[in-house]
Amino acid sequence: MDGLTQTRSGPRRTATGGRTPWEDIVLSNVLRIILVRVALGIGLLFIVSLVIFWATELLPGDLATQLLGQSATPETVAALRDQLGLNDPAPVRYWMWLSGAVTGDFGVSMANGRPIAEMIGARLGNTVFLALYAAALSVPISLVLGILAALWRNSVFDRMANAGALTAISFPEFFVAYILVLWLAQTGLFPSMVRINPTTDLGDRLYMTFLPALTLTLVVTAHMMRMTRAAIINLMASPYIEMARLKGLSPLRIVLRHALPNALAPIINVIALNLAYLITGVVVVEVVFVYPGLGQLMVDAVSNRDIAVVQAVALIFAAAYVSLNLIADVLSTITNPRLMHQR
Amino acid sequence: MNFALTVILGLVGLFALAALMRWGARHALTGQARAMAHDMPLTAAFGILVILIYTAVAIAAPALAPFPERDIVGTQFQAWSADHPLGTDRIGRDMLSRLIYGARNTVGIAFATTALAFVVGSILGLWAALVGGWLDQVLSRLVDALMAIPALIFSLLLLTIFGTSILSLILVIAAVDATRVFRLARAVAQGIVVMDYIEAAKLRGEGSWFLIRREILPNALAPLVAEFGLRFCFVFLAISSLSFLGLGIKPPTADWGSMVRDNATLITFGDVTPLLPAGCIALLTVAVNFVVDWQLHRASGLKEQ
Amino acid sequence: MTRHVFTGLDPALGRGGVSRRGVLQGAAALGAAGLILPGTMTRARAQTRGGTFRVGIGHGSTTDGYDPGLWDQLFVQTFAAARHNYLIEVGSDGQLVPEIAESWDSDDGKTWVFRIRQGVSFHSGKDVTADDVVASINHHRGDASTSAIKSLLAAITDVRAEGTTVAVTLEAPNADLPYLMTDYHIPIMPGIDGRIDTTSTDGCGGYIVESYEPGVQASLTRNPNYWKSDRAWFDRIELLSILDSAARLNALITGEVHLIDQVDPATIDMLESRGAARILSIPGNAHYVFPMDSRAAPFTDNNVRLALKYALDRDAMVDVILGGHGAVSNDNPIGPANRYFHAEMEQKTYDPDRARFHLREAGLDSLEVALSAADAAFSGAVDAAAMFSENARAAGINLVVDRVPNDGYWDNIWLKAPFCASYWGGRAVEDHMFTTAYAAGADWNESHWTNDRFNELLVAARSEINEDTRRAMYQEMQQIVSFEGSTIIPMYNNYVMAVANDVATPDRISANWNLDGFRCVERWWMA
Repeated sequence: MDGLTQTRSGPRRTATGGRTPWEDIVLSNVLRIILVRVALGIGLLFIVSLVIFWATELLPGDLATQLLGQSATPETVAALRDQLGLNDPAPVRYWMWLSGAVTGDFGVSMANGRPIAEMIGARLGNTVFLALYAAALSVPISLVLGILAALWRNSVFDRMANAGALTAISFPEFFVAYILVLWLAQTGLFPSMVRINPTTDLGDRLYMTFLPALTLTLVVTAHMMRMTRAAIINLMASPYIEMARLKGLSPLRIVLRHALPNALAPIINVIALNLAYLITGVVVVEVVFVYPGLGQLMVDAVSNRDIAVVQAVALIFAAAYVSLNLIADVLSTITNPRLMHQR
Repeated sequence: MNFALTVILGLVGLFALAALMRWGARHALTGQARAMAHDMPLTAAFGILVILIYTAVAIAAPALAPFPERDIVGTQFQAWSADHPLGTDRIGRDMLSRLIYGARNTVGIAFATTALAFVVGSILGLWAALVGGWLDQVLSRLVDALMAIPALIFSLLLLTIFGTSILSLILVIAAVDATRVFRLARAVAQGIVVMDYIEAAKLRGEGSWFLIRREILPNALAPLVAEFGLRFCFVFLAISSLSFLGLGIKPPTADWGSMVRDNATLITFGDVTPLLPAGCIALLTVAVNFVVDWQLHRASGLKEQ
Repeated sequence: MTRHVFTGLDPALGRGGVSRRGVLQGAAALGAAGLILPGTMTRARAQTRGGTFRVGIGHGSTTDGYDPGLWDQLFVQTFAAARHNYLIEVGSDGQLVPEIAESWDSDDGKTWVFRIRQGVSFHSGKDVTADDVVASINHHRGDASTSAIKSLLAAITDVRAEGTTVAVTLEAPNADLPYLMTDYHIPIMPGIDGRIDTTSTDGCGGYIVESYEPGVQASLTRNPNYWKSDRAWFDRIELLSILDSAARLNALITGEVHLIDQVDPATIDMLESRGAARILSIPGNAHYVFPMDSRAAPFTDNNVRLALKYALDRDAMVDVILGGHGAVSNDNPIGPANRYFHAEMEQKTYDPDRARFHLREAGLDSLEVALSAADAAFSGAVDAAAMFSENARAAGINLVVDRVPNDGYWDNIWLKAPFCASYWGGRAVEDHMFTTAYAAGADWNESHWTNDRFNELLVAARSEINEDTRRAMYQEMQQIVSFEGSTIIPMYNNYVMAVANDVATPDRISANWNLDGFRCVERWWMA
């Protein structure tokens, strides 16, 4: 969204300047941005881990009471607490976790003793796969729809695409999923749940995860499409577009060659936000399609107060968010010379 | 496909009514309002009409609803009939009455939440952009950290800690939303604070509050309004997703998000009951965003071609 | 040392050898519970081997583990029944069936001797010995034990292996010890230096674990060396954790799984009319409860409690919350499947006037109480609370429903909130149910209720020999709990499952726990 303003505050004229030091400037600027952002990102991860630890501490109950559930008695809870090392004060436990985490050792799940790296490994792969799949469907669709809607703004097509996209996002995710299952799975076209394991080949995998990917596509397309449309339309009143129009260029060419490049920054930002969402926010879709991703792991771990797992997953989510934003900013910078030549 | 037909007819009717309303407005109003009415596309008229209807329903809910919100008046999932135009819900409450009261509760909660998120988020965002320096750094990094935690899981944590009263629901969702608004407001304002007129105002010795209120906010309003349209509907979804995880509005209060969830299993058998509250949410979302689009269009300075 | 060997009730012999041990046999007579399917629905065809049986279960968490002391839900329970054997099994007719224990006996009810079956081996190839059994039981005993059934086995003072037998000594006589040994927490696992390995899946059951991802799935293949020849018909078992009830229904409808549990009551009729699957609705002793803290005002007054008991429409709750798949309960934790069930008590009905009468008796014109509920307590608990609230309004009672998060419910609300929702799986033996949740000072006495007469009877009944006197005692206890107790029990819930038509089920399905006593995996077969 930073990009929205940047383009607002003055679109670039078509780049005509000398090109000799161009690459060097790009490189050094981009490097500088990356370094600063990586440093900030690491600080951010640290804050996130503190916030998550603190919030999990505030939750009523702990791992011992959660594991025993209805059958908890004071005696067994005490024994289990002792065994799990939950009796240490919170700062001590946080420090122990942190000192392990910085050396890359996330430890074992306190609930069932499995190594956290192993628990997360396969699920991280699944989550990333689904996110990329959904992105591969939704990004092109939203760009095309957004550009067409901007091109034919206020036409019936524009209104319909808009209304359709808005209707899709105003249905809760699980509901979109149920409707897709009703139409596409009960008729036998696609499986209603995802049963994959590490040996499933790519073709089967794409087929089995089609419904969850489609659900997510419907959920995120509206946001990206609307931003594409808005960012382009936002530029259409600029003098240089007016100029191009007066030169007699075709509307499609104006949009694609003149408006779109300058509108890329906000679009990239929104895509990054939605990609981050596809990785971190899809627990409901995972539940409905029985998809073994990180979201379900996180919710389970939170409800069992398995803090080590909560922390590890939260860090992965935060890292995904930070790096996607970083990539988005770098791309925005490359596509916008005004940012490249910041004083 | 009786249901689909009813929906289509209903929408056509609403559009016709909207056209009529616009025609009325063009003739009855004067001055600037009249100019606006002239400029108004049919979709915007439709949006305004729907919002007006929802508001009226929300205010007059007790008078409109055939039964009280919480009364059990029949058996489980009765079919549509003269007594219960939209049937009954899972425990035998009148569906139509629940939808009508749902307008009051849901729209009220969504509006309160979004408004709170925007007031807090945009004031902090504009302030951070204006003042800059360490204040900006502290606020921005904090917001970044909060945004890096998935919203649903963060809400889950907070609601489990603070309980699920309506107030805490509003505060928690508003807090999560405010981070998003903060980012947008700050980004927009950063482009504005470097403008000459801000410099001029600063040199005049105006205070921060004046600058935010009189100079920055008016110029940053368009993207904020656009965001408001989407955020508004995300509140319904947030409530719905939370009730999926077992947190949500307390019974017997009717709200559309939870109603979708409560009846969702029926869609598996092609029953349209859960479509009703979902449709109410969708219609309002589309309507609000039609109006927002129109306002954005006006703000962008592009003329109808 | 002469030992009178009392053979465990062999299913083939029916109820054998009833001697003076009529009382000690208590546990063996679990009542004629269970559903007998009409012959037309599933004729017991010849069982056939083969096929992959996939079960969609509405439980399971990524934090599930192998420690039997922490098992708490249907996924791990069924997974355990597939790979493990127990000392004793509860047959589908409710009788005890010897499993790893070939027979068991006690002279005085205080020391019990279990004869361990020979020639049974674990999946790893090791023979099952008495030492393994001792290790498996001891896992739940001792100060360091973290087992959920530690208090249940607290009365055991000693467990010793003697050759091919295991002797269990108790503090005081208990006729129900063999019954306790059927508890799903006590599978027989290989012992290493007297301890079981809680990170291993090794067992002596009908299926060998092929892969397991907690919270996702478990797949198992048939154990070729399984000692039972008339069990474990499927070649493979896949257990899938499907938490969302609509997703479970869809999985069944689209043929992804053959069996699902916890069918949403609102959809049972629609599912049945599709014809793709049949509904198994098994009445048992499981029940839903609303315990009131009898120490906290206004619940200290029995009239207030009675007012609330008359202020809810039990029939409507059975219809709506259970979709008719259950029965009205008269605030009685002892179910119709129990041996001493008291059916002749005056049945409480929805009677606002009577509720008002009891309020007046308590010196009140109106009453305002808060009821905490979450669907974690039982599925539909929030709806049930909302219905209760509506019913009670007619009696001048303002019952405010406090919907609380599922997360942390058992820790935060249960046993702490003065009025909340809860459930019980039901116990096959009266003493077990009463001792667990109604005896003075019991850990899980949800209502913190004490009644001198009740507690006196409870102790006396354990050692009463005369059958009729014992029956009278248990019935009096039921009467006391129902009319003076502090727990509202509106209904007994059936176990409701849906099975695809290509899977055959025996004529009789166990009422002892869900999914045919977790044993669907070894008792059912492909049609």
